[in-house]
Amino acid sequence: MLYFTKWKATLVLLVCALGVIYAAPNFLPSGTFPTEASYLPGKQVSLGLDLRGGSHMLLEVDTDSVLRERYDALADTIRTELRKEQIRNRPREATSNGAEITVLKPADVEKAREIARTAEPNTDVGGEGNSIFVSYNELARKELIDRAIAQSLEVVRRRVDELGTTEPSIQRQGENRMVVQVPGLDDPSRLRAILGRTAKMNFHLVNATKTAADARATGLPPGTMILPSADAGDRAAGIREYLIDRRVVVSGDNLVDSQPTFSDGRPVVSFRFDAAGGARFGDVTSKSAGRGLAIVLDGEVISAPRINEPILGGNGIITGQFSVQEANDLSLLLRAGALPAPMQILEERSVGPGLGQDSVAAGEIAAVLGLVFVIAFMVISYGRFGVYADIALMMNLILVLAVMSVLQATLTLPGIAGIVLTVGMAVDANVLIFERIREERSNGRTIINAIDAGYRSAMSTILDANITTLIAALVLFSFGSGPIKGFAVTLAIGIITSMFSAIWLTRLLIATWVKRSRPTELVI
Amino acid sequence: MKPLHLIPDDVNVPFLKFRKIFYIVSLVMVLASVGMFVTKGLNFGIDFRGGILVEIKTNGPANIGGLRDNLGSLGLGDISIQEFGEPDDVLIQLQRQDGDEKAQMEALAQVTAALGDDVTIRRSELVGPKVGGELKEAGFYSVVISLLLIMIYIWFRFEWQFAVASVVALLHDVLITIGFFVITGVQFDLATLAAVLTVAGYSINDTVVVFDRIREYLRKFRKMEIPDLLDLSINSTLSRTTMTSFTTLLALMALFAFGGEAIRGFTMALIFGIVIGTYSSICVASPLLVVLRLKRKIPEAEEGTEVKA
Repeated sequence: MLYFTKWKATLVLLVCALGVIYAAPNFLPSGTFPTEASYLPGKQVSLGLDLRGGSHMLLEVDTDSVLRERYDALADTIRTELRKEQIRNRPREATSNGAEITVLKPADVEKAREIARTAEPNTDVGGEGNSIFVSYNELARKELIDRAIAQSLEVVRRRVDELGTTEPSIQRQGENRMVVQVPGLDDPSRLRAILGRTAKMNFHLVNATKTAADARATGLPPGTMILPSADAGDRAAGIREYLIDRRVVVSGDNLVDSQPTFSDGRPVVSFRFDAAGGARFGDVTSKSAGRGLAIVLDGEVISAPRINEPILGGNGIITGQFSVQEANDLSLLLRAGALPAPMQILEERSVGPGLGQDSVAAGEIAAVLGLVFVIAFMVISYGRFGVYADIALMMNLILVLAVMSVLQATLTLPGIAGIVLTVGMAVDANVLIFERIREERSNGRTIINAIDAGYRSAMSTILDANITTLIAALVLFSFGSGPIKGFAVTLAIGIITSMFSAIWLTRLLIATWVKRSRPTELVI
Repeated sequence: MKPLHLIPDDVNVPFLKFRKIFYIVSLVMVLASVGMFVTKGLNFGIDFRGGILVEIKTNGPANIGGLRDNLGSLGLGDISIQEFGEPDDVLIQLQRQDGDEKAQMEALAQVTAALGDDVTIRRSELVGPKVGGELKEAGFYSVVISLLLIMIYIWFRFEWQFAVASVVALLHDVLITIGFFVITGVQFDLATLAAVLTVAGYSINDTVVVFDRIREYLRKFRKMEIPDLLDLSINSTLSRTTMTSFTTLLALMALFAFGGEAIRGFTMALIFGIVIGTYSSICVASPLLVVLRLKRKIPEAEEGTEVKA
């Protein structure tokens, strides 16, 4: 029936009014409304990184290395116990699958297995013959990884916060990944630099018995290792690597602060240990005067100064050939702490602020022009009814904006394309209805009858047609990433709101017109 | 003012008479698309291939040759350098580097260092080999799943002949749109994939409108021959089909002309797909119903109530 009950008409108008109110903040300068209460209008559509500029990075935590380290430690624990029982054994290099120990005497195997079984809870002990293979069960493994990821997220958050940008977002994705999004970042290489490093810093003593070159020729003394030098000053002096003691003198975990500063006019990095670290540092520097102290960062010696005098206050500086930027970054990394495992950048997408603004401007022009074309064409094709469809079309755009503002859905560049596409497709429902009215009218129905039949018969077609497009949009939403999700969102919202505006709003408009002016002929 | 009608009200085109021609045209297009897809393949963008993309803005018109010499000397494999919309806007793309994700990172660092401070980096994208493979897989599944869901929906709402015909039309549109990418060499990335899926949604939308009408007429005109009935259904929805395609194309043209270079490929796919989708819903989907031997099913219960000729 063309007749609208009062409450139905009120409801339609109410939805429209709400749409206008919630969409309004997008046309006013931000901050016009207080934004505390999430259900009150005042929020604007949030722009995606491709429109506001910024960096998106997908990182993967090397969980294998976490497991490998744990299995290394587990093997050590078991071997200590075995040694107490005087069971001779040989370790195998730990992998991320488990720790393996070979017992030398077959007679000891059973006892060794028992020891391995009780060494740590939540482990499975396997292996054939003399070999004992220990691994964590699924639960313990998952917990280990979860902890490493949680820790990594925390460290990454601290590092990104140090960049001082607004609203960075850091989220876990899947088992061992995280997505870092930093809006408004000018220089993505900086973000790359601070996220790509583990920043595990340890202090080791430089081995005094041999040089690295001698050790390469004659073999490594027990308990030592060779590490490359990353210090430009060393390289200038012809030093490429160091022979250092494996034992960690003081670990970076004991650092409590680090700042970039200057010494003799050159950028350096100062650091401060906590009480325990300071005491150990003081102890070592008193005992080992004259030896080199290697500062090892992620497997490279960044500096290896000679210990001239005991350093007792727990403070020190790292000198090296740093640029100001490098000193800033290093102190930032030390402050934020080391990652529990190395991370890799799997994907990066960065957009400069200029491009984002250009895209928004281009999208606005395209949307407005598309709208004007469609509006004009609808009026040309359907006259008065076209005007009603156009009102519905604009209402639809307002509703899309309102819904997106309320849901805080992200608008991306493909999202703008989705809106423009919606402009073209939203009138479809009206086209269906109007064509139907035209037909019914030419079949000889009365005006009111024709309009009524047009709406009624077009209904199921509109529903079928929109649901199929909605299916495509939903699949896109669940599979797509970032910008594409934005497209799916605007498309889906646009389809749903267009059903309201194209069916109910136009119907109310037409019903009102028919009631008021009682037309004797339909020009459609 | 008398409203303008794109299609005259008394239109009566005997589409079914030409259906053999349509079948041949469509078959040729589909086979050509599939053939080209297999032999030449799609020009995959870095989203699926992995690799590096950098868009820069130069001071004044870009010296593409100079850039090519400069970046070519880095030894990073194939580098594509092209003007991007404006003379001072350049798009640089590197193929995926051998090695793992770290190798990609280093290559990007080398490129930005080589570009120096004279240019502004407007956008940089890096997709490692791992993610590229995953995106390809997700893209493939998204196409398959949406086609499947749409098919199930149609099957649920109509008789099976309609479901089969609409899915054939849908595949027809998707394949030819992909063929369009193969032939033009337009880069195929996540955005264009989204466009293909939207084309799928649109194409089925168009088809459904005609099918709805066929179903209605099947109940209404009980004595009419099926081919005549199909022709009548197509003709009475022809005005709507062209109107909607036309308004959608109008909006897309605006997007194509003014929406910026970054979504041009995406818009092109949509425009092409909508043209093909409109063609298929008129000339492929409905005639196929004859091939599938659509019959009148007369539901006992509905008889009488639905007849109102």
